[in-house]
Amino acid sequence: MSNIPPTPLAPRPTVAPATEADAAPSPEADTDSPPVFETKQLSVSYGSALAVADINMYIRRGQITALIGPSGCGKSTLLRCFNRMNDLIPDARVEGTILYEGLDLYGDDVDPIEVRRRIGMVFQKPNPFPKSIYDNVAYGPRVLKMKVDRMDDLVEQALRRAALWDEVSGKLKKSAVALSGGQQQRLCIARAIAVQPDVILMDEPCSALDPIATARIEDLMVELKQDYTIVIVTHNMQQAARVSDITAFLTAAVNEATGERHGELVEFAKTATLFTAPADERTEAYITGRFG
Amino acid sequence: MTTTTAPPAVAPPSLRTGNVSRSRKFRDRLATIAMWAAFGAAALPLAFIVFYVVRAGMHLFSYDFLVTNIPIISSKPGPGMAPAVVGTLLITGAATLIAVPLGVMGAIYLNEYGKQSTLAKFIRLMTDVMSGVPSIVMGLFIYTIWVLRYGLSGFAGALALACLMLPIVVRTSEEILRLVPSALREASAALGARTWRTTVRIVLPAALPGIVSGAMLAVARAAGETAPLLFTIGIVSKPNTKLFGSNTALSAQIFRNAQVPFPAAQDRAWAAALTLILLVFLLTIAARLITARFARK
Amino acid sequence: MVLVLIAVTTLNNAWPAFRESGLSFVTSRQWIPNEGKFGALAFIYGTAVIAAIAVLLALPVSVGIALFVTEVAPARLRTMVVAVMDLLAGIPSVVFGLWGILVLAPNIAALYNWWSDLVEPIPLLTKLFDHTQTGRAFFTAGLILALMITPIITTITREVFATVPRNDKDGALALGATRWEMIKGVVFPHSIGGMVGATMLGLGRAMGETIAVALVIGSTPQIVANVFAGGDAMPAVIANQFGEATGVHRSALIGLGVTLFALTIIVNVSARTVVRRVDVRLRGLA
Repeated sequence: MSNIPPTPLAPRPTVAPATEADAAPSPEADTDSPPVFETKQLSVSYGSALAVADINMYIRRGQITALIGPSGCGKSTLLRCFNRMNDLIPDARVEGTILYEGLDLYGDDVDPIEVRRRIGMVFQKPNPFPKSIYDNVAYGPRVLKMKVDRMDDLVEQALRRAALWDEVSGKLKKSAVALSGGQQQRLCIARAIAVQPDVILMDEPCSALDPIATARIEDLMVELKQDYTIVIVTHNMQQAARVSDITAFLTAAVNEATGERHGELVEFAKTATLFTAPADERTEAYITGRFG
Repeated sequence: MTTTTAPPAVAPPSLRTGNVSRSRKFRDRLATIAMWAAFGAAALPLAFIVFYVVRAGMHLFSYDFLVTNIPIISSKPGPGMAPAVVGTLLITGAATLIAVPLGVMGAIYLNEYGKQSTLAKFIRLMTDVMSGVPSIVMGLFIYTIWVLRYGLSGFAGALALACLMLPIVVRTSEEILRLVPSALREASAALGARTWRTTVRIVLPAALPGIVSGAMLAVARAAGETAPLLFTIGIVSKPNTKLFGSNTALSAQIFRNAQVPFPAAQDRAWAAALTLILLVFLLTIAARLITARFARK
Repeated sequence: MVLVLIAVTTLNNAWPAFRESGLSFVTSRQWIPNEGKFGALAFIYGTAVIAAIAVLLALPVSVGIALFVTEVAPARLRTMVVAVMDLLAGIPSVVFGLWGILVLAPNIAALYNWWSDLVEPIPLLTKLFDHTQTGRAFFTAGLILALMITPIITTITREVFATVPRNDKDGALALGATRWEMIKGVVFPHSIGGMVGATMLGLGRAMGETIAVALVIGSTPQIVANVFAGGDAMPAVIANQFGEATGVHRSALIGLGVTLFALTIIVNVSARTVVRRVDVRLRGLA
């Protein structure tokens, strides 16, 4: 862990101006895991429309960080900054800084391809390739020309990690599209794991699944955080409460002058704290179901 | 909540391009270049052809060219394509008058009445097959059922072109009709109007611009057709403004003159090609403008 | 509407005359109207060769353009590419033919011979690309046809590519695939049915195209491997000989038309079947 920034920073209970950031003592300092991501005054806009503004937060190693908030608050937009998926949207613009392991993610010599290899993503709607189960998992390692001794082992390992092996071990050559929604989503997780990423981003991974499949994915996430840093976007507060260590609450703020809406970070704290003793009244209103 | 202590596998810190295999980058770059090249491979010949037609066609193309008769001796230089211009307009016009009403009626049947019935499905299949029939086969078909009995005439050519236009008109019209919101139909039906009344008063006016532009594209396609005219319309050297009796057309004249070794005839072919392209492009542009206006509404 | 049925029956009426020459019509390569010999094999061969050349040339170009439009080109260029394709589709075939016979054919023979010299040492290739005196050849016809069917194949493949879900593409990119790897892994497998269908529609069009081919193919009915040699094709021979043909000769030409008609229908219907089957397979599983 030679590449960790010298001063591990703790999450702050509420968003503070960046100048205070270093000085702000945190009640969460009990954990010493270092930040993987650090954002500074991060804003994203599509064309002339501001999507999220002025985000300052951390993602800590080996933890699950949940981004919650009402729809339209820019959680997914924020998530897609972490592996530069926003690059693919023609007029998306990212301002401010995101540091990954202390490196500027949007620096000139950073290759988005390499970023995405390192930082995997699981999408809202399961999106297995129309290939066999085996080929789905092997796709990444093959494309990336990873040095793999035995592809079979790697596929099995990834499927085991994704808790899917027992269900599909007999039909690896069958089409992935024939699996159930929950299985497809776990296959997508296996596919992401197979390229040995550092971080896994999950964009509402359970929103298209039934409660049982959801429960399995949640168990899986807790399981996976031993090895991976996970960031999950969810509109389901219970889910955030169940699986995450840290929760960030975003909401849509209305610009008084123009009437336009953009997302901003309201509160960012340990999940237990945020759900039991929210510091901001907007957070309280949201988690008690009074709005959103 | 268990606090995990085991830090994950250490990732090397660099995110530089160098980390992505050079050959992968290269192949991605290569593929992108190939895509640009593919566009060039299609655009360049197009530019060439248009350039040549304009350059070679320019020096004979004039008002005179459009109104003078074709010289009887084809090695004689000078203008003259009037019979062909008249023929093209007449034959294409007649074909339009046959194909468009039939095609639109067919499309109305398919979309408003037939929908998913077996007959409608069968007709749709037939339309598809018909649109794949080579134009020369259409010409042969008209030759066997019409020309053998009634002789060569502009009308026979129009019939052949109409057969080619029909599937295009049916298909584009059906697509346009499908775009008419069914709320409009329901609103009219709720007032007690019969289907045909709803169709004529409500659906058709709403779909009209789309249908017109589809028909114009079909006309543009038909105006450029040569093969079905070769053995249906015959040949004349003076304008024939009547539908019956032999006639000629721009496309047929280009074909004929292209095979003649005399530069004078070839010049006329180029100028005729320029005339034809202008005609086709005008129709296409008109169709686009109408579609664009329709789309904005 | 059901004109197609009539088309079939009338053409049936016309072919008893061609039945006269019996089965040898499609198996003999002797086409000597003066002696009453009508073997269409050389024309069928010619049609097959030029259609194959056209598709081989047009397919990669069309797929390239379609990908260019859907994946690479900035929005403004995109509309331009579409406009160019529309223009290309709008040029009448006789104009392609005119350009082919007066501009392309006279100039391309030199290029053919240069290429022949180049591949001389390679036995197989030298058979395929032998020396030539004229630019009016199989390959010229194939080249012109390729230009004519490119807009067709491009338009359909473009529409198919556009239906590939953003979500699926993101899946590949999020794994660290480059754009090309994503196209190979996601876009192609997704669109294979549509691409096959588009190709076959292009093939059908290429087989039936008459005028441009009639002008540039050279009208020499022969079966040779050399694609730089002159040849002839079914629609072209109908167009070229119909005017002066009488009696059985004329029936034979109509018979050629029937054969062509049957072939294009087979190609078109199987194209549609392929497209539908792949559609059903993808949707059935989804």
